[in-house]
Amino acid sequence: MYGFLQHVINGLAAGTIYALVALGYTMVYGVLKLINFAHGDVMMVGVYVGYAVAFLLGRDSLGSTGSVLLIFAASMAACALLGFLIERFAYRPLREKPRLTALITAIGISFALSYGFQLDAQVNVRGTQVTLLPGAAARAFPEIITPVEWLNIGDGEVVIWNRQVISFLIAIGLMVGLQYLVFRTRFGRAMRAVSFDHRVAALLGIPVDRVIAMTFMLGSSLAAAAGLLYAIKDTSVQPLMGLYVGLKAFVAAVIGGIGHVPGALVGALALGLCEEFVVGYTNSSWRDAVAFGFLIVVLLLRPEGLFGRVQAEKV
Amino acid sequence: MLEPVKTLGTRAERKRLLDVQGVKVAYGAIAALKGVSLSVGEGEVVALIGANGAGKTSTLRAVSGMLKPVGGSITLRGQDITGHKAHTLVPKGMAHAPEGRGIFPNLTVEENLKLGAFLRHDTDGIEADAEKSFTFFPVLKERRKQMAGTLSGGEQQMLAISRALMSRPQLLLLDEPSLGLAPQVTQTIFRILREVNAQGVSILLVEQNAHLALGLCHWAYVLETGEVVMNGTGAELLQSDDIRKAYLGE
Repeated sequence: MYGFLQHVINGLAAGTIYALVALGYTMVYGVLKLINFAHGDVMMVGVYVGYAVAFLLGRDSLGSTGSVLLIFAASMAACALLGFLIERFAYRPLREKPRLTALITAIGISFALSYGFQLDAQVNVRGTQVTLLPGAAARAFPEIITPVEWLNIGDGEVVIWNRQVISFLIAIGLMVGLQYLVFRTRFGRAMRAVSFDHRVAALLGIPVDRVIAMTFMLGSSLAAAAGLLYAIKDTSVQPLMGLYVGLKAFVAAVIGGIGHVPGALVGALALGLCEEFVVGYTNSSWRDAVAFGFLIVVLLLRPEGLFGRVQAEKV
Repeated sequence: MLEPVKTLGTRAERKRLLDVQGVKVAYGAIAALKGVSLSVGEGEVVALIGANGAGKTSTLRAVSGMLKPVGGSITLRGQDITGHKAHTLVPKGMAHAPEGRGIFPNLTVEENLKLGAFLRHDTDGIEADAEKSFTFFPVLKERRKQMAGTLSGGEQQMLAISRALMSRPQLLLLDEPSLGLAPQVTQTIFRILREVNAQGVSILLVEQNAHLALGLCHWAYVLETGEVVMNGTGAELLQSDDIRKAYLGE
């Protein structure tokens, strides 16, 4: 019983992180009908930015609320900028081209980031070595949140760590904020209009390019937050983490019904729980097989995802 | 040598609102408009009639910035707007209710109307204009919280027109407002269009139903394979043998 409870807690904690990344896939798909395969790698870059900021702050100042906020803010801002640049220079010129072209470009950017970050590049600035690219080796992610047991039932049978609660709260807060933005604000209405039809949205005076750029920035900054939460949990960072986490979050978005915001949340939580149970009750090497098996089953039974609506393809 | 465009009747002098000069539009290698010239005066209803594929919709799209012309010029109140992007023309007083209505089915009627007023920030004015739409089309008020996709075709057309008016345009472009609608509904819509025009909104109307269009408009252009071949007052064109044979099925 205790074991089960612990697995549920771990599963939900993992699921909320997937959810934040999945939201980025689903939002971009919503406005562009593009699977942004570089999304996970943008997240990875965010984690390295957080790592760099933590490094600059120094070990002594880590653990304070201010430093956590600063790390999150810097990482989210950097990813927003990266998302903006990718959209502006890689996807926008291809907007009127066949969708496959943009999709291949997305895969290209994904590889450029995940393999580019495996290069070792350092420059010498007035006698100090400054690392530009981190290299392939995994690095230990610093404890930017000092681990504290917040709840300990039955002498270590069930443990809830502060980072799990914090990460859960951050994720839920960001998702509620996003839901509000999409369904209650003028910008959200514009986003939904663009999502349905760019050309009609433009006829109403909606600056479509700006709405798309904002969507990328928003999705990328959510990914940065998710990446940091993931790195805190995993206590490591490496250039291929984006491919791995990104793929899982993509699976979550598809399970929930891509383009559907609450669907991404439900899909991600289901995936997080499913993975955790597999690891807890069988063998951890089954984890990915079950995750993708889950995807296949959902797609066989409901090809549009759990919440997705069947839409006739516009010709 | 091009044949001169045949003109029937005389056009009332008005200040020019929209001026289209020799506009050419091409889809790849296929020319859709081969140099269309037309104008809309202030307070005028101008109809574009012609067969399928004559270039009526392409003309509207070139005017509203959905398509970039490959030649010619378009001016609005004397200001050049050729090739300007669609969203920049809304603040200049243009509204386009596109072919197929273009309503957002998964947004409510109210949200659709609010999107029509996207560039406005006067909450009270927006509310008042939404109320005005509801007096034009009371059925929209009953359905204001409903998803627009659940409306009937006629109601969707009413919503498309109302939404276009929410930006308080001086020039309203309408593409086939009667398409697929029952005659009664069409009459309601054309009655409202007359009223909208009486309140000072100029209208450029594309319509397959030449009878309806010619009955409403002050001036009409007849398009054939990407060119204007005739123009005149609605009344004169209705009398013309060419028009009666080609477009009125007589």
